[in-house]
Amino acid sequence: MNAPQDPSRRMFMATAGGAAAGLVMTACGPKRLYEMPPEKLKHSIAQMERDYKQRFGREITVSDQGPLPGVHFAYALDISRCIGCRRCVYACVNENNQSRDPQIQWIRVFEMEEEKGVDFTHGNPYYHPAEVPQEGHFYIPVACQQCEDPPCTKVCPTGATWSEKDGIVVIDYDWCIGCRYCMAACPYGARHFNWKTPGIPANEINPHTHYLGNRPRPKGVVEKCTFCIQRTREGRYPACVEVCPVGARKFGNILDPDSEIRYIIEHKRVLVLKEELNTVPRFFYFYAT
Amino acid sequence: MHRGWLLFVLSGTALLAADGAKVPPAPAAPERIEVPPPPFSDGIFPCSNCHSSMPVNRTRRELKDMHTDIVLKHDEAHRWCLDCHDATNRDFLHLASGERVPFDESYRLCGQCHGEKYRDWRAGVHGRRTGNWNGAKQYLLCANCHNPHQPHFKALAPKPAPLPPTRSMK
Repeated sequence: MNAPQDPSRRMFMATAGGAAAGLVMTACGPKRLYEMPPEKLKHSIAQMERDYKQRFGREITVSDQGPLPGVHFAYALDISRCIGCRRCVYACVNENNQSRDPQIQWIRVFEMEEEKGVDFTHGNPYYHPAEVPQEGHFYIPVACQQCEDPPCTKVCPTGATWSEKDGIVVIDYDWCIGCRYCMAACPYGARHFNWKTPGIPANEINPHTHYLGNRPRPKGVVEKCTFCIQRTREGRYPACVEVCPVGARKFGNILDPDSEIRYIIEHKRVLVLKEELNTVPRFFYFYAT
Repeated sequence: MHRGWLLFVLSGTALLAADGAKVPPAPAAPERIEVPPPPFSDGIFPCSNCHSSMPVNRTRRELKDMHTDIVLKHDEAHRWCLDCHDATNRDFLHLASGERVPFDESYRLCGQCHGEKYRDWRAGVHGRRTGNWNGAKQYLLCANCHNPHQPHFKALAPKPAPLPPTRSMK
């Protein structure tokens, strides 16, 4: 009579323990890409490149370049310089293979009112005058803030998004299930969802891609700015930095005391968006003048 | 025992001091910066092609025969051509000190008045840089973005606005 009680309790404990361990392994930063044995990853990338060739009819390379040692990326944007021309938005779309139709843009530029200051309730992303800048306005482009303490990665149920050692918050599209919890968690509206298979003309594809960055996405996954991981891990500037006609965008290694990013943080008036949330953005806004 | 320690410490300090003295201070002269060629109008340079055979007229005046396309909107109340362009060698600019400066080092001339911008530009904060964040960078001359005669940055047509969200997917 009393025999079933103990095994069932033991069974319950074992099951609960296993479930808890499973949950912990899933939810606490599993970095899916790095769980894969190297040969499997190589095989998987080769398969990916074959699939892309079939989908777009051209060679597309997928890099799995890891973070550089001693590097922590940071970005700074000069609010006193930006004229709101949106060159960065479209350079980003082209570089990072964002869907043209339906439209996905990782950078959103807000036209702000000088009288109201940095107050996004008065920000307008849909401005379209003949010429910018407009009198009495200033402009703030917003993309992923690459938080040191990102709220988005904590809510991912599959461990498909995490912070890399160089500070880039990445997404593994193969593990993303499209639940969009991360989009709800992000205080900056930086994450975007592929409601349809991204529509990109084959001749406009950037064939130089990274596994955790600009490789073509399937339908039903979330994507966002990765500081141009495919460029910056090779030592290059992000595409938006190079295209900005007024030189408002600055990028570098925050651990390098001689970098321009450190010069800005040490010498200029710097702010981060929604500082009170303690997300610790690695994207700084500053006033050079 | 104590004296031994003291000697040891002293000799250590002396060694450090000697070592420190060997390191020369950083050179004060600013290094030359690699920049793209200055944005000359077609066929205008070298200026000496025309100017070497002309007498120098240092009278401040409105130009009527040549360079009429240049409208100076750059402290025009106080400045005119020869404040920046060298009168005796037209292929050069000159600083306030009279030192000649080639066109591809024009940033030194601009930096005389715009010292703060010049400092920021050298640090990579003012102006666009392309290339590598941890390696070779390409700079631009001040004149690549600012017309020296009308330096205010020209307004641009913005790229298309993002599409507002629609009520239902097509």
